[in-house]
Amino acid sequence: MKYAFSFLAVIALILIAWAGSHIPGMPYFFGVFVPYMAIAIFLGGFVYRVVQWAKSPVPFSIQTTCGQGKSLDFIKHNRLEAPDTTAEVVARMLLEIFTFRSLFRNTKSELHAGPKITYESSKWLWLFAIIFHYSFLMVVIRHMRLFLNPVPEVLAFLDWADSMFEIGSPSMYMTTAGLIAGVVFLFSRRLVNRHVRYISLANDYFPLVLIFAIGITGALMRHFLRGGIDIVAIKQLAVGLVTFSPVINGEIGSIFYIHLFLVSTLLIYFPFSKLMHLGGIFLSPTRNMKNNSRAVRHINPWNPDIQPHSYAGYEDEFREFMVEAGIPVEKELPAKKDEE
Amino acid sequence: MAVPKLEQLSKSVVQGPSLATGAIPTRDWMDIPTVFKEGNYAYVAKKDKVEYLDSQKGLHFPNAREWSPEDEDWKLPENWKEIIINGLKERLDKFRSLKIFMDCCVRCGACADKCHFFLGTGDPKNMPVMRAELLRSVYRNDFTLAGKILGRMAGAREMTVGVLKEWFMYSYQCTECRRCSVFCPYGIDTAEVTMMLRELLHLVGIGINWILEPVSNSNRTGNHMGLQPHTFKDNVDFLADDIENLTGVKITPSFNRKGAEILFITPSADVFAEPGLYTAMGYLILFEAIGLDYTWSTYASEGGNFGLFTNNETMKKLNAKMYAEAKRLGVKYILGGECGHMWRVLHQYMDTMNGPADFLEQPVSPITGTVFSNAASTKMVHISEFTADLIKHGKLKFDKSRNSHVKATFHDSCNPARAMGLIDEPRYILDHVVDWVEMPENTIREQTFCCGSGTGLNTDEIMELRMRSGLPRANAVKYVHEKHDVNMLSCVCAIDRATLTSLMNYWNPSVGVCGVTELVGNALILEGETRGELDEGLRTML
Repeated sequence: MKYAFSFLAVIALILIAWAGSHIPGMPYFFGVFVPYMAIAIFLGGFVYRVVQWAKSPVPFSIQTTCGQGKSLDFIKHNRLEAPDTTAEVVARMLLEIFTFRSLFRNTKSELHAGPKITYESSKWLWLFAIIFHYSFLMVVIRHMRLFLNPVPEVLAFLDWADSMFEIGSPSMYMTTAGLIAGVVFLFSRRLVNRHVRYISLANDYFPLVLIFAIGITGALMRHFLRGGIDIVAIKQLAVGLVTFSPVINGEIGSIFYIHLFLVSTLLIYFPFSKLMHLGGIFLSPTRNMKNNSRAVRHINPWNPDIQPHSYAGYEDEFREFMVEAGIPVEKELPAKKDEE
Repeated sequence: MAVPKLEQLSKSVVQGPSLATGAIPTRDWMDIPTVFKEGNYAYVAKKDKVEYLDSQKGLHFPNAREWSPEDEDWKLPENWKEIIINGLKERLDKFRSLKIFMDCCVRCGACADKCHFFLGTGDPKNMPVMRAELLRSVYRNDFTLAGKILGRMAGAREMTVGVLKEWFMYSYQCTECRRCSVFCPYGIDTAEVTMMLRELLHLVGIGINWILEPVSNSNRTGNHMGLQPHTFKDNVDFLADDIENLTGVKITPSFNRKGAEILFITPSADVFAEPGLYTAMGYLILFEAIGLDYTWSTYASEGGNFGLFTNNETMKKLNAKMYAEAKRLGVKYILGGECGHMWRVLHQYMDTMNGPADFLEQPVSPITGTVFSNAASTKMVHISEFTADLIKHGKLKFDKSRNSHVKATFHDSCNPARAMGLIDEPRYILDHVVDWVEMPENTIREQTFCCGSGTGLNTDEIMELRMRSGLPRANAVKYVHEKHDVNMLSCVCAIDRATLTSLMNYWNPSVGVCGVTELVGNALILEGETRGELDEGLRTML
């Protein structure tokens, strides 16, 4: 049901863009207004969310140590997994962000008769997450060539490298294939893996279907519907958008508006969804804190003023017993009257 | 509550219809109500304990009453919902971790089968991601745009009594062990979520007795067992007598002694019950061997901190005794015994909550001169760090053969491993005192499995749950028991010493449980000793 809803939602978006782009005057709405609005919401929303997170303090030092902490000099310190310095934290974070290090640890547990539980390494999720994210990143970078005139050499090089296998004409980008394959895997996994299937929400399927549709419409434009679109006009519009002088010359083709509308939807959806993990990972206290909490005091800005049950109160309650047991006390017992 | 027979439970874990064994529930989790019945919940806090705690300055434990989770009516305050939602808002503003963890989860499921409670029960709501969703769904409903607009379609649901009951069930089927946070690509730590859930529940008077009674004991008597000063002293003196009987060496420990160089604090269970007692004997022997100038305290006689299992205010109040006592006695620094969650508090919270401890000095081993720069600010050293340093400098004479009746393995306690990084110090010690082997790699170090009964769940009425959640640990022990004849599970945690004993008795009856310092004390050669053959080391009955 939840994935069906996601498909329906994306199909609806496609229909809106397709139908809308045929209405006279509406190309400006879909080609100029919506993208501007989407970018504004994306940037504003992203910043807003990060600021909202940053407003809450980190009261305690709650790093998760995944290795030996800094201790005695003959005990080997795992600098990446229990970082003690800022440099070590940065290294840990970079590995986390660029190599998905924690996900790389993933294991699969199985229950067998006995009972016996086994654990084996399971790297499929890691592999496809890497393929998906890096492909997506490359696709985004590649698209920059549309907005820049002349195209910087580095982008031209990436473009060449991405299509170096020269499959098809124009040759297929590896990252387009990677993006679509990644999405298909992540989506299928949600259906097949029983744990994930049970926890998945429409919020989980929707972005996958949306990105899938973005990838497919992009590939269609490049490989199959090339005749129906005006590349020069697209480039003009793209350059016009970044220079704040957008123009739409002639018929660009519905498939382009559909693609652009889906991308705009993704941008608008982004800050209000789980996709914000892109920003959140940088702020996750279990990963970005140093494991030096005994060496350097961490400050809690709202540290409440709470005193312990006082020693004086404790001794008052138990003084007699303490004296009798020979435990030193601060105040001696009062002299008993009948002991004269 | 009767615990099912071993064969029965063994079968049930593997074949029972559960998400862990392959059966997918047909109903959405939001539609499955929580049912309380004898055996699946820990008894709720007694009215007088809650009243006592609520009367203490700085603590807030309202709505003391007689009630049972099995009752339809939980006798909640009239505006309970408002209290919960406001409490959640307050915590979102106080803890960045909570906000991030509510917002960033992508439900990738990497955590799902990492939880010992999920592996043992197969209950979908014991997948860490799902445990967080129990709270996240309410968060979405009241604090996010998507949730407000799309409602259930966006995974949002309204706060109801049913949800509250579910929170109670599942925040007390989590031991805050943090294993899931190791595997999470964003480091989402379910311990943080569980802590918040428990804090919220206390706001409306929902808590369990096995936590709140120890908390009130710790507050009043200084330790969670409720030992009064003279009893605490008697217990330690008994252990000294036992040592004299076994080794011929007379030890006279001191209590609340001003001017001692070091204050020693360990979980009170170590001076109260087997097998912790033998670990305490190990401490006494070790300190005697090196002539340490130290004192015990009856006022700060609890290393453990049951406040950690309630809310941060209570944790702070209990923990504050340590520095207060160190200051009163004028010691240079504090040495802490073997304990898991105790060390989470000491390593990650104490200095922040109750520091700066500028009346203490940076810890230096009086025997080796080693400066413990990793404890420069808290001024509190772990006994394993202290002991490993002594061994490295050749200050301890061991006769390893005294532990020849032991083939050990080592259980990393959750908190030292994942909240401290104390992993290799105990191993270094074991290498010198006993013949030992590691358990399989996915069950040790940062991937260690919880004993299944931490965070105050070490109570008998939920024994089946405990045996289930402890299964992953027990299973790894069984593996080395069968392969290497391991007969002793060593650890550096007092809760472990109690809980793993029950767990071993159930799953691996021929494996015992001990503290690392017991093995140290047993192998240690004391000056002037007249020790005979002790077949079972410090456990030998004379």
